[in-house]
Order: sequence, then C-alpha cells, then structure tokens
Amino acid sequence: MRFALTSDQAALREAVRDLLRAECPPAVVRAGWPESNEADAARVRRVWAQLAEMGVVGAAVPEAAGGLGLDACALVGLLEEAGRAALPLPVLETAFVAGPLLAAAGEEALVQRLVNGDLLVGAALDGSGLVPYARVADALLVGDARTGGGELRLVAPAVFEPVASIDGARAPGRVADDAGVALEAEPAALAAAWERGVLGSAAQLLGLSRTLLAMATQYAHERRQFGVAIGTFQAVKHQLADALLALEFAAPAVLRAAWSLDAGAPQAGRDVAMAKALASDAALKTAATALQVHGAIAYTVEYDLHLFAKRVWAGARAWGDADWQRTRVAAALGLTHEGATR
Amino acid sequence: MDLTYSAGEEAFRAEARAWLEANVPRGLESGDNAVGFAQHLEWERLLFEAGWAVVSWPREYGGRDASLWEWLIFEEEYYRAGAPMRVTQNGIFLLAPTIFEFGTPEQQARVLPRMAAAQDLWCQGWSEPGAGSDLAATKARAVRDEERGGWRLTGQKTWTTRGAFCTHMFGLFRTDPESERHRGLTYFMVPLDTPGVTVRGFGRLDGDEGFAEVFLEDAFVPDDAVLGGVDRGWSVAMATTGSERGLTLRSPGRFLSAAQRLVELARERGAADDALARDRVVRAWIDAEAYQLFTLQQVTEIASGAATGARSSLNKLFWSELDVRLHEAALDLLGPEAELDDAWSRGFLFALAGPIYAGTNEIQRNIVAERVLGLPRK
Repeated sequence: MRFALTSDQAALREAVRDLLRAECPPAVVRAGWPESNEADAARVRRVWAQLAEMGVVGAAVPEAAGGLGLDACALVGLLEEAGRAALPLPVLETAFVAGPLLAAAGEEALVQRLVNGDLLVGAALDGSGLVPYARVADALLVGDARTGGGELRLVAPAVFEPVASIDGARAPGRVADDAGVALEAEPAALAAAWERGVLGSAAQLLGLSRTLLAMATQYAHERRQFGVAIGTFQAVKHQLADALLALEFAAPAVLRAAWSLDAGAPQAGRDVAMAKALASDAALKTAATALQVHGAIAYTVEYDLHLFAKRVWAGARAWGDADWQRTRVAAALGLTHEGATR
Repeated sequence: MDLTYSAGEEAFRAEARAWLEANVPRGLESGDNAVGFAQHLEWERLLFEAGWAVVSWPREYGGRDASLWEWLIFEEEYYRAGAPMRVTQNGIFLLAPTIFEFGTPEQQARVLPRMAAAQDLWCQGWSEPGAGSDLAATKARAVRDEERGGWRLTGQKTWTTRGAFCTHMFGLFRTDPESERHRGLTYFMVPLDTPGVTVRGFGRLDGDEGFAEVFLEDAFVPDDAVLGGVDRGWSVAMATTGSERGLTLRSPGRFLSAAQRLVELARERGAADDALARDRVVRAWIDAEAYQLFTLQQVTEIASGAATGARSSLNKLFWSELDVRLHEAALDLLGPEAELDDAWSRGFLFALAGPIYAGTNEIQRNIVAERVLGLPRK
C-alpha cells in the first residue's frame, strides 16, 4: 500500500509546474481571450510548443504511437498543474482525450501532428455539441460517450458556430449533429476516453482551486480593514478553512480514481464519478469563497481572480456535474432502478 | 501508487476477521452506563487475551507489533464485524501514544501493560468549568510537596467521559502559580482512588451516565505521576490532541461500516424512488470513502517520516461532520421511526458530540486557517 505519486511522476509534475509558472502567468491566460492580438496568440502557442517538447501533449499516447504512454496517475498530476495556471488551451481535450482515442482509432497522421504540438483538438463527448476551445482548435471531436458507447465524429475546425462563453479563453463552438465524419472507435476506447476526460477535468478543477485559495489567502493577509488584516477575522478564516477542507478531501479521490483506471478495476467508473463530484463541489465552493474574501476587487475584470473562477464555473459542469456523477455512484451502489448501467 | 495490501497484510486481515466473527458479542448495553460498562470490560479482556486489544503496540506491552497499515486493517474489520465501542479508548488511543513518546521506561512498564489488559481504565481530565475550547485557561493546580516527594492537586475537571467507571485520570494542572495560559502546566497521571479525589457521574444527552466531574482537594501524587516533565504539560498535551483529532481515535473503518449500513437501509427503504434522499445517502457514502482515502494518503506520509501536525484538525473537522450527515441521512430515511431508540438514533446522538469534543470545530477551523493556511492570528 502506498498512496502517493512515484518520484518520477512527482518530478514530471514539478517540471510542468515550473514551466507554466514561468511561461503561463495570468497575462498569457488573458492572451487566450478573443480580444487578444496576434502577438498574444503567439505567446499562448509558444507555451503549447514547450509542453509538446516536454512530452506533455503526447503523454497519454502510447509509446508505440510516439507518445510517452503515461498512466492516469501521472496524467492527473499534469492536469492539476494545467489547472493551477489556468492554461488557456485544450490540454485535457487534446492530450488526454483525443490523443489516445485517435491512436486507438488508427489515425496515425493525426496522432503524429498532435504529439508534435501541431494539432489542437477541442472535444465534447457529452452529447451537447458544445465544444470548448473550438476557436483555437485544428480539429473537433464530438459525440456522446456518457453511457459507454455512441458515435464519435471528427469535425473540421471551420464547421462550427462560434458562441460566447463567460470564460473567453474557452471560446466554444456549437457543432451540428451531422457535421464532420464518423470516426472508427471501439466502444471500449470511447468509454475510456470519456472516463479520462471526466477524471482530467476533476484534476484541473483541483489545480484551479489551489490557485483561487492561494490568492484569497494572500489577499486576506494584505487587505486591512478596521485597522487589521482581514485574515484575522474568524468569519474569513473559517470560510478559507472550509475551502481547504473540501479540496484536501477531493484530491485523494482524484488520485484513487486514476489508480482504479490504470488497474482496470471493475469499480473504476464509480471512482471517477466520485472524484468529479467531489472536485466539482470543492471547486465551486473555493471559487465562491475566493470571490467573497476578496470583495469588490475580485468583481473587476482587471483583477486576475475571474480568469480562474470562470474556468471553474464552466469546468464544474462540463464532463458531468456533481449531481450527475453522484447518480452514477448511486447506480453503482444499487440505489437506482436501472442499476449499474453507467 | 499501489492500493493493494501485501499477502502478509491480507493474512492479518483474514486472521482478524475470523477471530472477530467467532467472538464479537451481541446485544451489549451501552458502554456508558454501569451495567454496559461491565459487559464491555469483559469484551476488552477477551480482546486482550487473544492479543487484539492493542495490535500496534510492542509485544512486551501486550501488542502484536502491527504496522500502521495493519492497525487500519484491524479497525476496518473491527467495525465491519459490528464489534462494541472501546471503553478503553481514552487510554489506549490518547494516553498511550503520549506515554510511548514522553514516558520514562519505568512509566511505560508500570502503566502500559495494565492499560492494555483493561486492569486500569483511563479517563481524560482536561476540560474544566472555565476551560473548554480554551484549554490554556486551566486553573486546577498542583502544589509542590517536597517532604513527600510529589504534588498536591486541587481543582475541578468536568465532561470527563466515563469518569464514573474509570480507575485513573490523565490531565493538566498548573504547577507554576505565576504562570499564564499554556506556560507552567504539567501533565499528570492520577489514580482516582487517591484520597482527596471525588468523582460524580452525571447524565449525558443520551441519558447514560457517561459524563463525570472530578473534584480534587489536596490529592497527593508522587513525582512519577508527572508525564514529560514539570511545566512542559502543554507540549505533551498537544501530542495527545493530535491523536484525538486525527487518526488514532477515528480510523475510517467506523465510517465505512456505517456508510455501508446506510446504503443497505436506503435500499430497504426504497430510496431509488426518492432522488433527494438518495443523494444524501450517496454524499455520505462518498464522504466516508473520501475519509478513507485521505487516511491512506496520510498514513503513507507518516510511514515516510512526515509529521501530521496541525493537519490532524482537517481529519477532525471532516470525520465529525461526516458522522452527523451520515446519521441525519439515516434518520431522514426512517421518517417517523427516526425517534425510536435504536442504533441509528443512538448513533445520531453520539455523532452530535463529535463537533464539540476534542476541541470544538470552531477551534479546529481556526487551527486550519492559522497553522495550515498560515493566516495571521492577530
């Protein structure tokens, strides 16, 4: 029994954290928004090129197909770091969903471009047709993999209707049901891609929450009212303690779910669902707390907090929200009429 | 990551399970009244004779030298088997870790074997009428008696769980009359039959005489009653609070077993037709699992040499509030039958104490904010 990353996994995660801290500060996150200019867009793409060089973009692609072939335990650490920096690119969708899925479907040329960092993929496997990062993506994957099957379609980047998001960096597009071409994918590969996406989104939410909590804690030190730092007030302390509590009990669930996926455990789907439910709830609580502790300053567009909070508000509901995931857990526990069907 | 147990650990589990299945008594009264306490003592002695009373202790004191992982396994099996609550818990889980850390070899040899065998029964003497959450406001004092080579204790302790049924008490007394707050306190171990000690039991919310107040008037204890050095009681006591809030008092086994029973109750009561009730059940089940996973991570950290420190307050907040939510979900399922005196309603009343004892959850949130997040105290 050992509930911790290996030293190699931890080292890779540290390296990604260092890279993103240096190359993806909030100014670069803002550069991912639609009103950004050409130079901004180039900065964002440079981060992607560096991640590709480190192997992160192809981390989940099997080694035989040119990737690192890392397991889910390693991947969740990387996605948490992407979340911590609010990386304004579809790293979850490209690296951890599309990469292994395209490899499983035998799309060698696409996989090669992806691993090289030349193919950004937006993906929506929840049947909504609403694909985040459509504006910057080179290809879109759409389908409904929630119940472990369904058809997957590969859509060219031009074939979507742009829609505005509260999180400008996500810049989603709406894709019609019949757009693109059907992709040959085994139901098992599709189901695995769904679970990786759910788990990865949970990991990203943890990372986003870590930043939100750190910002709020720092601000509670600095902001003075009534002659003292607001962090001395119990009403502020307790809110921040509760956010940490939620995060600290969600994080091990995310790591356990990764292990269950890697081990092919029969209850892996239940474990992934539980992880996403806890992470979604913890992230929403942390975002609300961070906004409240900051007060009016966080309700401005100049202050960086909203870059992270908006990603949480979107991410908590993407890939199945907490209620939906708990229904999956209920099914696994025999508490629904359908039983364990999803 | 490796979430499997070794063959040796699985063998340990199988041995514990087989013994518990064959020996766990049924239908005991509450361990917090006189009749039930005696029944629970019999069980404790049976556990000790079979070597299951204190599995993680060294063999010389009655244990099995079990690892922390094996201890977790034993706890899981213990609650899975529906075994009685441990009336010895304040001794074996709270005092014993402190004795292992701070006790002299003489104290270890004198106190630990009798504690393991449930010959001496220990209660905790920390709270006073004016010192609850604010433990550093302790007023009970110890005055030096050079002639006899010891200390004379005077003061009042209260909320002492099972004090009326125990033989010994450990607690904090002010040895430096000039001192304030957490300075000048000393950790004492006091036999309750010492002349000058009076114990008065009183009823708890659940009707059992589970509480006691302990009055001390010039009660003499020798020097070897001091644990960890004169005037050093605060730091010694903090070692015990870590145990009380954290891992040792509340292993995940108890909540995993309660969550499993809750799921079974929900199936029986048709929760599949009631999305709201079902969601509360699922949340409680998820939280029990999360507590287990947090603990596995924590034990991994401890096994690699890290100290838990103030993070034990995270444990305490989570398990105590989880326990309440879990029992509330059960009572909701029971509806009009929730008021009936049975395992769920008793468990609910017991759970209600969790956010209060071992440092109220308001204090725990302060500790998390100040010592884990680093927010300013003043």
